[in-house]
Amino acid sequence: MRTWLRIFFVGGAISFRALFSWIRPSIYIPTLLIGPTTQIVFFAYLGRTAHLKSDSWFVVGNAVQSASLAALFGMGFAIDGERWTQTLSAVLATPANRAALFLGRALPVLANAAVTASTGFVGGALLLGFRMPWASVPALALLLVLASFACTGLGMLVGAVGLRLRDVPILANLTMAVLLIFCGVNVPLDKLPRWMHMAAEGLPVTHAVAASREVASGASLASVRTPILVEVALGCAYLLVGFALLRLFEEQGRRHGTLDRA
Amino acid sequence: MTRSARVFWTGFVLHFKNLSASPFMMVTAAIWPLVYATLAFLMFRATHQAPSLLYAALGAAVMGIWSTTATSAGGAIQQQRWWGILEILVASPTRLILVLAPITTAIAGIGIYSIVSTLLWGRLLFGVPLHVEHPLLFVVSIPAAVVSIGLLGLVLASTFVVYRSASNLSQALEYPVWTITGMLIPLSLLPGWVDPIAWALAPTWGMRAVRHAAIGGDVGVPLLVCAGLSLAYAGLAAVLLHYFEHLARDRASLSLT
Repeated sequence: MRTWLRIFFVGGAISFRALFSWIRPSIYIPTLLIGPTTQIVFFAYLGRTAHLKSDSWFVVGNAVQSASLAALFGMGFAIDGERWTQTLSAVLATPANRAALFLGRALPVLANAAVTASTGFVGGALLLGFRMPWASVPALALLLVLASFACTGLGMLVGAVGLRLRDVPILANLTMAVLLIFCGVNVPLDKLPRWMHMAAEGLPVTHAVAASREVASGASLASVRTPILVEVALGCAYLLVGFALLRLFEEQGRRHGTLDRA
Repeated sequence: MTRSARVFWTGFVLHFKNLSASPFMMVTAAIWPLVYATLAFLMFRATHQAPSLLYAALGAAVMGIWSTTATSAGGAIQQQRWWGILEILVASPTRLILVLAPITTAIAGIGIYSIVSTLLWGRLLFGVPLHVEHPLLFVVSIPAAVVSIGLLGLVLASTFVVYRSASNLSQALEYPVWTITGMLIPLSLLPGWVDPIAWALAPTWGMRAVRHAAIGGDVGVPLLVCAGLSLAYAGLAAVLLHYFEHLARDRASLSLT
C-alpha cells in the first residue's frame, strides 16, 4: 500500500514536472493563466455582436471549459511525453501498479486544470465586470474541481489513444473543439441541433457549466445536485474507459513491439 | 532585386510545400477555423440581430490565417534552431530577412486552406450564400491580407532570435488579435482605446478589404492601408532582425535552444 501511494503521489508529481511541457513560467503564464481570459473576452464580445447572452453567461461557460485545455493536453503530455523522451518502454517495463502509475499522473493535471479554470473567473471579473455572490465561491470552486476531474478522465482517454496514434496534440485540440461547440459553452443547448444537444449530455463540461451558471447566479449546491452527479459519473466513466484502453494498448504494444513507434 | 525576389519565392514555395505536408499545420489551417466558423454560425443563427453568416464565414476564414501565424511564426526561428541550421542561415550571404520572410509568409499562406475550407463548410452545412460583390477585388484582397498577416508574424518572429521563449507569447496573441482586428466583432463594440491599436494592425485592414470586397463597401482605402502597413512591418522587421541578430552573435546565444 505504501508503495502504491508513493508511486501515486511522488511518481505523479515527478512525471508532471518532467513531462508537462508548459510548466515553465514563460509558457505557463501566457498559455494557461492568460489564455482563458482572452478566450472569455473574445466570446463575451462575440456574444454582444450576436445579441445572444450576457457577459456573465460567457464568463462562466468559458472559464469552466478552459479546464479542458489543461486536462486534455496535460494527460496527453503525461503519456505521450514518455514516448518523446524515449522512456515509455522503461516505464511500462516496471512492475509498478498501473492504477497508481497512471492515476498518480492524473492528480496534478486535475489540480492544474482547476487553477487554470479559476483564472478565467478572475479575468472575467477584472475585464468584464463579472460579479457573483461571495457565498457562492466555495460551491463554484467545488464545481471547477469536478469539471477538472471529468476533463482529466477524458484526458486519460485521449492519452490512451495517444499510445496508438502519433499526434496527441491534434487529438487533444479536436477533443477540445468538440467540447467548445457541443457543451453549451457559447451556444445555448436549446439553440443547438437536437443531435448535438443529445451528444452534449454524454460529454464532460456540459453539466458542470450548467451547474456553475446556476451557482454563480446564487443557487445553492443542493439545487444543482443532479448535474453534479452526472458530471462525476461521466468523469468516472471516462477515467475507467481511458484506463482500460491504456492497459489494452499497453498489452498490444508489448505484443507487437510498437510502444515507441505509434 | 531579381536575386532577392528569387530567394523569397524559392523559400516561399519550399516552406509552403513543407507546411502543407504537416498534419498539425493542416489541422490548424483547415480544421481549427471550422470550429470557430461553426460557433459563429450557431451563435449568429440563434438571434435575428446578428450580422450575416457570410460576415461570420469571412471572419472565421481570416481568423484561421492568423491562427496558423500565431501558432507557428513565433516558432519559425526556433524550428531552424532545432534543425541546427540557424547559424548557417545567419552566416549565409543572404540577408536574414530574406530567409525568414518566406517562412512566415508561407505560414500565413497556408491560411488559404482556411479560407477554402471555411467557405465550403459554411456553404455545404449552413447554406451560407457565397455571392461576392467584387470578385476581382476579392481575389486581390486575400493575398494582401495573407501577406500582411505573414509580415506581422515576421515582426514577432524577429524578436525570437534572442528571446527564445517569446514564441509562446505569440500563441497567446491568438485571441487578442482576433478580438481587436474586427474579424468577427465589429470595432464599434470595443472600448474606444482599442481603436488606435486596431488601426496599427494590418489584419484589421486586410479583413476589412476582404469583407468589403465580398459584401460591399469601399475596398481601395483598406487595401492601400493594408499594403502600407505591410511595407512598414517589413521595414520594422528588417531593423529588428539586424539588431537582434547582432545581439545574439554578441551573446553567442544563436543556437541555444
